[in-house]
Amino acid sequence: MVARTGAEGTDTMSQVASPVLEGPSAITLDKVNKWYGTLHVLRDISMTVAARERVVVCGPSGSGKSTMIRCINRLEIHQEGRIIVDGTELTDDLRSLDTIRREVGMVFQSFNLFPHLTILENCTLAPIWVRKMPKAEAEELAMSYLSRVKIPEQARKYPGQLSGGQQQRVAIARALCMKPKIMLFDEPTSALDPEMIKEVLDTMIELAESGMTMVCVTHEMGFARQVAHRVVFMDRGEIVESGSPKRMFEDPQTDRLKLFLSQILRGH
Amino acid sequence: MSDAVADPRTAGARLAPKRRLRLSWSDPIFRSIVWQVIIVGLVVAVAWYLIGNTNRNLAARHIATGFAFLDRVAGIPIGESLLPYNPAVSTYGRALLIGILNTLEVSAIGVVLATILGTLIGIGRLSANWLLARLTAFYVETVRDIPLLLQLLFWYTILQGLPGPRQALHLSHIAFLSNRGLKLPELIWHPAHTGAVIAFIVGAIGTRLWVLRARVRQDATGARPATWPVALALLVGLPLVVWAAMGAPFQWDLPAMRGFNFRGGGTVSPEFFALLLGLVVYTAAYIAEIVRSGIQAVPLGQWEAGTALGLGRGPILRRIVLPQALRVIIPPMTSQYLNLTKNSSLAVAIGFQDVVSLANTTLNQTGQAIEGIAYIMAVYLTISLSISLFMNWYNARIALVER
Amino acid sequence: MGDTAVTVGTIEPVARSRPPPGIVGPWAWARANLFNSWLSTAITLALVYIILRLAVSLVDWAFVHAIWHVPYSDKGVPDTSSCQRAKGIGACWAVIADKYRLILFGRYPYDEQWRPAICVALFIGLYVVSAMRRFWRKELVLIWIGTLTVIGVLMWGGVFGLTPVSEDYWGGLPITLILATFGLAFAFPLAILVALGRRSTSMPAVRMLCVLYVELIRGVPLISVLFMASVMFPLFMPAGVNIDKLLRAQIAFILFAGAYLAEVVRGGLQALPKGQAEAGEALGLTYWQKTGLIILPQALRLVIPPLVNTFIGFFKDTSLVLIIGLFDLLTMGKVALSDPPWLSFATEVYIALAIVYTAFCFAMSKYSRGLERELGRAHRR
Repeated sequence: MVARTGAEGTDTMSQVASPVLEGPSAITLDKVNKWYGTLHVLRDISMTVAARERVVVCGPSGSGKSTMIRCINRLEIHQEGRIIVDGTELTDDLRSLDTIRREVGMVFQSFNLFPHLTILENCTLAPIWVRKMPKAEAEELAMSYLSRVKIPEQARKYPGQLSGGQQQRVAIARALCMKPKIMLFDEPTSALDPEMIKEVLDTMIELAESGMTMVCVTHEMGFARQVAHRVVFMDRGEIVESGSPKRMFEDPQTDRLKLFLSQILRGH
Repeated sequence: MSDAVADPRTAGARLAPKRRLRLSWSDPIFRSIVWQVIIVGLVVAVAWYLIGNTNRNLAARHIATGFAFLDRVAGIPIGESLLPYNPAVSTYGRALLIGILNTLEVSAIGVVLATILGTLIGIGRLSANWLLARLTAFYVETVRDIPLLLQLLFWYTILQGLPGPRQALHLSHIAFLSNRGLKLPELIWHPAHTGAVIAFIVGAIGTRLWVLRARVRQDATGARPATWPVALALLVGLPLVVWAAMGAPFQWDLPAMRGFNFRGGGTVSPEFFALLLGLVVYTAAYIAEIVRSGIQAVPLGQWEAGTALGLGRGPILRRIVLPQALRVIIPPMTSQYLNLTKNSSLAVAIGFQDVVSLANTTLNQTGQAIEGIAYIMAVYLTISLSISLFMNWYNARIALVER
Repeated sequence: MGDTAVTVGTIEPVARSRPPPGIVGPWAWARANLFNSWLSTAITLALVYIILRLAVSLVDWAFVHAIWHVPYSDKGVPDTSSCQRAKGIGACWAVIADKYRLILFGRYPYDEQWRPAICVALFIGLYVVSAMRRFWRKELVLIWIGTLTVIGVLMWGGVFGLTPVSEDYWGGLPITLILATFGLAFAFPLAILVALGRRSTSMPAVRMLCVLYVELIRGVPLISVLFMASVMFPLFMPAGVNIDKLLRAQIAFILFAGAYLAEVVRGGLQALPKGQAEAGEALGLTYWQKTGLIILPQALRLVIPPLVNTFIGFFKDTSLVLIIGLFDLLTMGKVALSDPPWLSFATEVYIALAIVYTAFCFAMSKYSRGLERELGRAHRR
């Protein structure tokens, strides 16, 4: 793979991308490497996400994109390299971990709502126990976010009574209740029926427009086009190519990206 | 194109760097080490305290420690044993060994009988005949609601309430049931019979080889030669020939009434019989449930798919349904076998001398309680470990390969 | 009729026709379920014959020819000659009439036997309350602690004007219930800790300890654990400290139950999707917050049916204290039989005991099955 520089600050394999947005960086990954035993799943990942920037990460399954994003809030542990989130470096220091997890919110592919708690309790759990908020204040906060994702009337119901799209929107509200500075999305719409994908994407678009820093692993290219500042393509553990959505989709430079695009766009 | 190159992630060119321990409370590994030291330390401290007390108490009561008592003469009368035993001469070690054999004997026979009975009842539960299904359900439910010890006492009472040998119940005068036990005709063992048994084993191995050969033939040409004639010849014919060649002895020792009791024949004592009966009836109820749920666990679609492919009932059962059902049945079944073996320890309540009963007598006579109980636990742990190992091996072998 | 268009909105209801005779009704049912094949018919006939024979002789023995009372001499000694004569023909239920208080309450002082009776009722009430779903909240723990304390006070006495009764005199059904219930109550927290410890990836020493404990206890029969408790515990204590027999047996049960319950809880922990723990971690919860607020409430709810089944097993296992000489329900039955006039009527006593055990165990197992069905239904969305 030959190194190329394009007009819009594109990068090639494993080079640090010049972020499209200027400003303090929210997330910095510097030569991050991760192994599962002898399997080298993240290879020299270097990337910077600026504050208020929105990055979409895509790639074939098994490329390490979920692993990378889960390293950012330390659900997975990297063995080499540095990850700096909101000015704090992610090490095995438990105190730094607590600080970081408060500022980083995560939305999972399988929602992971707590089925034994009501929607409202799902949202107030962490503010009460981690941020030590009084219950009334937490509930008010939760209701405001539930209104923002447009399902305030479901507050007293249980997750099992909601549709998939509604559950995922609750998951987004739950993460937002911790008032994070960064939101991570790990394939948020992959487990949804097609008719519910739009409502979740709309919620994410509204969140984006409010200026949240977002790193999103997804196959929804329409969403990427509309909202992302930058698209990063990963394959086999490394960043292959990255750039603006327009440039990536219309003028892919590497063969691997071309192959990937042909595979996912075939269905449309 | 990129597939032609080996996946760089598995090439192993670089390996993960080692991690250094930081001596700080915020290092999770340091924290876990500290916790482990504390918890293990607490356990060790408590154990130390208890052991110290024990040693002091044993010394104060002048009780010996160690297993030297195994070589002393036991003086325990043992009702039935598989090995020669003389109370005046045999040691504790031998007595306990006989106890182990008694336990294994009743457990092995119990397991076989319980499996047969349990399987029949389990299949009966699934019967289309409403009466049979309800009756077996009633049996399973009732037996599982009453403590095993109570059932054992009940059977023992019934057996002791049977008439004496003179009025014993009989089966055409060759088998007798009385309050002194069950008397059966016993085959007088002759070397010819040993020869026949060996011939059977050889025949079984030969049959297996022949079936393998038949399968190789089938893979190659599609035609499967009939295996049953050869199997018959090897499993039945060969032992018969050996037996006949060595004199064809077929003598039975029949029990006959002499005086107040029977002489001759084989005896099954009331204690053994009651224990066996109780264990079999109790465990069969649990096995019935296991078999039933195992058969029901195979989805109906499997039968339908097999039928749609044109397979007959036999092949469907053998190759499709049974392998799947056995996967579900075997683990809980082995656990029930283990339960039966452990439950045989209740023999001490009705006077059958298994290892627990004999070890109990031993520790009462020698005063060495700890060694006695340790002995019991060691025996049962060995048995259950062997069964667990077998289970793990079997599970790994038959596990469905999943993504 | 063939060409006219169907008018939307006026669909004629289909005239209901009766199914042909022979498809529904009792005869049809019998044909389908009892006589659907030659084999089935044969089985039905054979079973009906056997059942009728057995039922008739059972009713005959248990009711028609049974002796319900025996006369007593002036000194209160029962004259059981009528029972002896009826042996084999009629049951001697008089033994129950004579001995039921001994069997149920042991050697508890006769006048104070209302106290263990109330305790039995309290135990049953506790089980019933715990079974009702609307009580499955944290308050249930308080209800348990409260009820068990009241039971302790009632049985021991010494306060509130109650005559003190030492535990040497306790016996019968209360002992069975105490061993089972207190065993479960104390074994449960132990089991949760052991199950969590066994799944710990960061503390291998703790995991090994938990594995050793569970495999050791599950590999040996309960008898040996009871022997260990009754014979070895006195050796463990410093000289002069005496542990009462009931306490020794109770500790043995707690240790035994803890190992089996730990396996049940572990099954629940394993069944929970990993994402639940991850969501908790992503929100910033600590290990204990995550375990207590998210993991355990769900895992424990998942394993309630196997939990109830394990409890039924313990309830039956309490009968083993016969072998170490503690006076539970079964032991009291045997003690009652050692009275010379009643020596030969063991069958009747055992049947009565079986009825008591069945009453408890059947109710619990029916509840557990119903629960399994209900929970299975709730999970399917």
